[in-house]
Amino acid sequence: MDKKLPVWVRAQDNYAGKVELEHDVDIPTWIVDSSVSKELLSDLYREEKFDMLLDLCGVDYPGREKRFDVVYHLYSFSTGKRLRVKVPVSEDRCEVDSVVDIWKAADWFEREAYDMFGIKFKGHPALRRILTHEGFVGHPLRKDYDPGKRWQLEEDKIYKPVFLNLPPEEDSMFERMTINIGPSHPAMHGTFRLMAVLEGEVIVDSDVEIGYLHRCFEKMAETHPWQQVVPYTDRLNYCSAFINNVAYCKTVEDMLGLELPPKAIWGRMVLMELSRIMDHCVCNGTTLVDVGALTNFWYFFEIREEIYSLLTKCFGSRLTVAGCRIGGFQHDLPPDFIDLCKHLLEIIPPLIEDIDKLVTHNRIWLDRSVGISAISGKEAINWGWTGPCLRASGVQFDLRKNEPYYWYDKVDFDIPVFYGGDVYDRYRVRMAEIKESLKIVRQLVEQGIPDGPYAVDDYHVMLPPKDMVYNQMESMIYHFKLIFEGMRVPPGERYGYLEGANGELGFYIVSDGSPNPYRIKVRPPCFPIFSTFSRLIRNQTVADAIITLGGLNIIAGELER
Amino acid sequence: MRIPDKTKPYRYSLWEKLYLPAIFSGLKVTISHFFKNIRKSPFTIEYPEKRRDYGNRYRGYHILTTRPDGSLKCVACYMCATACPAQCIHIEAAEHPDPNVEKYPVVYEIDMLRCVFCGYCVDACPENAIIMSNTYDMAYFSRKDSIAGIDDLRKPFTVSQEWLGYRPYFPEERKVDLVKMAKERGPVAA
Ligand code: SF4
Ligand code: SF4
Repeated sequence: MDKKLPVWVRAQDNYAGKVELEHDVDIPTWIVDSSVSKELLSDLYREEKFDMLLDLCGVDYPGREKRFDVVYHLYSFSTGKRLRVKVPVSEDRCEVDSVVDIWKAADWFEREAYDMFGIKFKGHPALRRILTHEGFVGHPLRKDYDPGKRWQLEEDKIYKPVFLNLPPEEDSMFERMTINIGPSHPAMHGTFRLMAVLEGEVIVDSDVEIGYLHRCFEKMAETHPWQQVVPYTDRLNYCSAFINNVAYCKTVEDMLGLELPPKAIWGRMVLMELSRIMDHCVCNGTTLVDVGALTNFWYFFEIREEIYSLLTKCFGSRLTVAGCRIGGFQHDLPPDFIDLCKHLLEIIPPLIEDIDKLVTHNRIWLDRSVGISAISGKEAINWGWTGPCLRASGVQFDLRKNEPYYWYDKVDFDIPVFYGGDVYDRYRVRMAEIKESLKIVRQLVEQGIPDGPYAVDDYHVMLPPKDMVYNQMESMIYHFKLIFEGMRVPPGERYGYLEGANGELGFYIVSDGSPNPYRIKVRPPCFPIFSTFSRLIRNQTVADAIITLGGLNIIAGELER
Repeated sequence: MRIPDKTKPYRYSLWEKLYLPAIFSGLKVTISHFFKNIRKSPFTIEYPEKRRDYGNRYRGYHILTTRPDGSLKCVACYMCATACPAQCIHIEAAEHPDPNVEKYPVVYEIDMLRCVFCGYCVDACPENAIIMSNTYDMAYFSRKDSIAGIDDLRKPFTVSQEWLGYRPYFPEERKVDLVKMAKERGPVAA
């Protein structure tokens, strides 16, 4: 498949001349004519078992005859293969067939591509804006859209809910009622708006509006030099900002072909696992608060506070760490780093044990969470789920094991899997993963900090150390060139991914060799997960909807970018 | 990879069905924490009387450093303003009367409400002219107040060490011979 198109494509006449292979790319890439895209994608789903649509996005090339690319990233759970499918469309016939009936995950992704680029998806059940306001004019990620443009929002153009799965009204004891929760409601964990049609206390159908926290990260990234994008990535999943830093930097480093020194890899792994612990603590802590279990929240937040202290000592900030640079770290790890880690390893396990004793077997919590908003592994994959939520549905998939990066194949840890697919098992997966992450950190700390530099010494990428800048002419020139001209990344594209705290965190980056990225598309793990929300809470009560939301760990910063 | 198409909800154990044992074991935990917190102070602190030690890399309010004679070290080279991802530094340069110093800033403003405290300005400065303190409690009554000028940012360079935050470090192990390296790599090229 990497070198040649498979037989079933070459054998079919209708694909003749319409499917091409792109060479010299990071993952196999097919360029497909828009007239056969739907057919081909459904064949891929059947023949090659690409059961997951990871990401769908647009890219704008104004100079080309066919101006836009619709880019699909597919993953197959049975073969472990990845595939990129590009469908070029022209500006005046800006339309492709929707793939919602193959992968449900496409629903929101297609709405996003429509919102950002104006690409229409024929056959989409309700194509409408998703991240921007209803009164927004134009499509912000088109290259000719001015990034500095401002809109005044009009109050009369507000989002109207679309209830697609509303069952016909039957004789019921209750009259139907539509209620609105959010966007600023304490139970909505961020700024989401839920509109639910209730029959009594049961939700028969619902719709969510998102986009209140949309800060056009992807547009901003196009207007900033490569290194300056790092602080922006902090603000994606702000509960584990460091993992975003690494995901972005790693992708760009791979594009540059940089080999990181061992110390940078070691430090990144330790801090990523600690960030993962922090993220799980916040998620489980707040979910339990939603059902009234307040005490454990303090224990979880003690863990978080201590990890924040470590991050502050390393990078100088608690939440938005901006710790990585493309090429390593900006500064060396603090001299007492190992001792601080050992301190964490001492205090975290007893707290986790206490929380386990407090709630994990508590009947009240069990009755509230077991069987609530259950989803099977197969369905979850169709909706594009990854990460802890998918593992709670019985699919043993973790990029740290399945496609190991850094030194994850050298450390010993397990992937916890549970089979309930419900709120309780999502909670249990996270609790178990905290323990596994501690195991990884312990092994790395025992191994000790590797000697050597903490960043590459390629001064076309990293700023030279300050004392050399002050005292040596060459360093000064490198410094000057880097600040004023920025680093360059060779033209090309890459889809980089790693296991974020919520699932597969992907960065699809296109470079045209200029000082700024040409296009950055983030694949936020909770975007497809949250698109399932209406399906999950159907026929559940309002109270269950609230804990479902908590258990999914939806982070608005990452969801809406 | 096995992909289940059904869910298997958790089955309660006898211990859990009995309800009370788990409740009591939970109570034991909270009571033990109660006594622990009496013996030693809990992890929360009584801000603002007490402050957390954020270490000496904290990225807080900026400081413009000065020379021994009290003038600003800054040479108005615009490097920090170029590197700033939030575009919140505004500089206006003027010729310096001293011929050894080329330029100096007449206006140097940082909009603290736009600033994201990333420290890129500190990394960019070739003169060690801008560093950060570990002051984090900034609050303003109007947007105008949030713009810090030279007078707000200028602090004597002899501030106590505990007060300083993010600033350049001098790691030993990266002192490689840059001249040699540059020769091997060829000219500086993008
Ligand atoms: S800390 Fe960052 S955002 Fe603030 S002035 Fe410096 S470079 Fe700009
Ligand atoms: S980089 Fe340093 S010297 Fe240059 S303008 Fe900024 S503070 Fe002044």
